[in-house]
Amino acid sequence: MGWMRFRKKEMPEGLWTKCDVCEEMLFQKELLEARKVCKKCGHHFRMSVAERIDSLLDPESFREVAADLEAIDALGFVSKGVAYPKKLTDEQKKTGRRDAIVIGTGRIRGREIAFGAMEFEFLGGSMGVVVGHKVLLAAELALERNLPLLLVCASGGARMHEGALSLMQMAKACTALARLAQAGGLCVTLLADPTTGGVTASFATTADVVLAEPRALIGFAGPRVIEQTIKQKLPKDFQRAEFLQQKGQLDRIVPRAELVDTLDRIFTGLLGPVVTGAGPHLTGVPGANGHESGRPATATLAPSDARPPIAS
Amino acid sequence: MASAHDLKDWLDFEKPIAEIDQKITEIEKLATTAPAALKPQEVLAEVGPLKNLRDKLIRKIFSELTPWDRVRLARHPRRPHATDYIEHAFTGFLELHGDRCYGDDQAISCGLAALGPRRVLVVAHRKGKTTKERVAANFGCAHPEGYRKALLKMRLAEKFGVPIVTLIDTQGAFPGIGAEERGQAGAIAKSIQEMATLRVPVVSVVIGEGGSGGALGIGVADKLLILEHAYYSVISPEGCAAILWKDAEKKGEAAKALRLTAPDLLELGVVDGVIEEPPGGAHRDPVGMAATLRTALLSQLDALSALPVVELLERRYAKYRAIGKFRWSAATAET
Ligand SMILES: [Zn+2]
Repeated sequence: MGWMRFRKKEMPEGLWTKCDVCEEMLFQKELLEARKVCKKCGHHFRMSVAERIDSLLDPESFREVAADLEAIDALGFVSKGVAYPKKLTDEQKKTGRRDAIVIGTGRIRGREIAFGAMEFEFLGGSMGVVVGHKVLLAAELALERNLPLLLVCASGGARMHEGALSLMQMAKACTALARLAQAGGLCVTLLADPTTGGVTASFATTADVVLAEPRALIGFAGPRVIEQTIKQKLPKDFQRAEFLQQKGQLDRIVPRAELVDTLDRIFTGLLGPVVTGAGPHLTGVPGANGHESGRPATATLAPSDARPPIAS
Repeated sequence: MASAHDLKDWLDFEKPIAEIDQKITEIEKLATTAPAALKPQEVLAEVGPLKNLRDKLIRKIFSELTPWDRVRLARHPRRPHATDYIEHAFTGFLELHGDRCYGDDQAISCGLAALGPRRVLVVAHRKGKTTKERVAANFGCAHPEGYRKALLKMRLAEKFGVPIVTLIDTQGAFPGIGAEERGQAGAIAKSIQEMATLRVPVVSVVIGEGGSGGALGIGVADKLLILEHAYYSVISPEGCAAILWKDAEKKGEAAKALRLTAPDLLELGVVDGVIEEPPGGAHRDPVGMAATLRTALLSQLDALSALPVVELLERRYAKYRAIGKFRWSAATAET
């Protein structure tokens, strides 16, 4: 469940970026406009949380919550002379985030949702107490406010520096998501490259709808650990999103260009069209928030169902 | 158990203890030969001081254990397995096989049993004793079908109001091709999430190795206990050392840094209680260990069974919600 299996792929400084896959030189501005998808081969570059929010949520709609949550060094963890607090400070400086996840509310095509996205550049998107607790808070927020929950996952797994406390965050996050699920709440996850270890083995894969980005590496164990264990080379494309979909482990692979539309169609398909001034979709939640008006008894065809995917 | 002649199974720090044991056995044997080489009172006179010496030595050695020593004790070749506890702490174990979908993973066994006056469902990792059993059980490393079987049986127990006891002892869930193809992560995740909702008391005990997600997959509980010399960790010390120290041989340092011992986990709030082992470890007295385990389990189940279901679930939620401290950057610590 280590996070360091994945090395940061440094982008060359300046205006041009070389595609990791086809080596095409891409104009930085164009790449960002194309949601960081290579125009030649379709490679999906990793995205920061800020880029996720920009590309996914309605403009200016994101409101962060619990931004101030910060990890503490409960174990007094030191490895190779580096103390965990120093590591945290470095990662905070590097990413501008306090930890490896950002949560809040936002809108997708006018529909308010609870939202969380993981910052892979922060210690490999590893899950410690803060990540676990913020997933719990996002689930509680979705439950209290009757909002669908969208979690964008990108993580190498649990955070070793927080020992068994980080392992327990898998249970913490799932306990909150279980409560949301039992109350009839909708949870959708999007697994980005890479999603492995403790995040895959907890909240990433228990959602009602599990989506993935093209070619994303998704698995329980990292490829190197598997190769060492079974002492053989892994098949090509093993643990890629396409492989998982073929094996029945995913609902759908969604290219970024279609993501907003797909999410809108999922929300609409399951919850009905957005009704202005009313977002609640939960029914029969005793004491959850007092909303008695839930989703309509019969689903009506949403206008966006007929809308073709946006080409870009 | 302690008197076995074979010294090869003993850990280096146990050797002085095993040597005294061996001497005691030899003397006791002299009394049973015909004609007896020693009279019973002569045996007592010789053995008594040796036993005192041994017990003092055990106390000294075991008061100085390093975290890595404890990991080795948890993996001790003589350490009792779940199958031993199922035999000695429970009665009438009736195994229920299979996930009704893909297979019957031998790395996790499930069955109905009695614990004193209580009916329970036991879900336990199985490591296997003989080479054949070990291979069949994949050395205690479960595949997705193991977690699916466990969840299926736990739902069965829930339906009939039967409390659940899980015994955790695994290096981890198996990292292999088939495991990934069949959704190892998803199976563990589902088990974790659904255990949070079980409407019956769940008590889990780490009896040996608590290897990461593979352990947690059957370990979401109202009360999590751990045996004194068991460990529970997010990653194996070797794995952690290989990643953070770039050297798997730094496993001792990693074991220390990870705070994976029973007393550490109690202090961190990961476990709810530590069950004391017989002097020198559970392997020196498996039957005695089983009796202690049974008492601990019964007292937990008595308390949990007295709670209304709503209260039980509320407390389980609150328990997991509170695990792990953090702070708001205004620097006020909060749980
Ligand atoms: Zn390309």
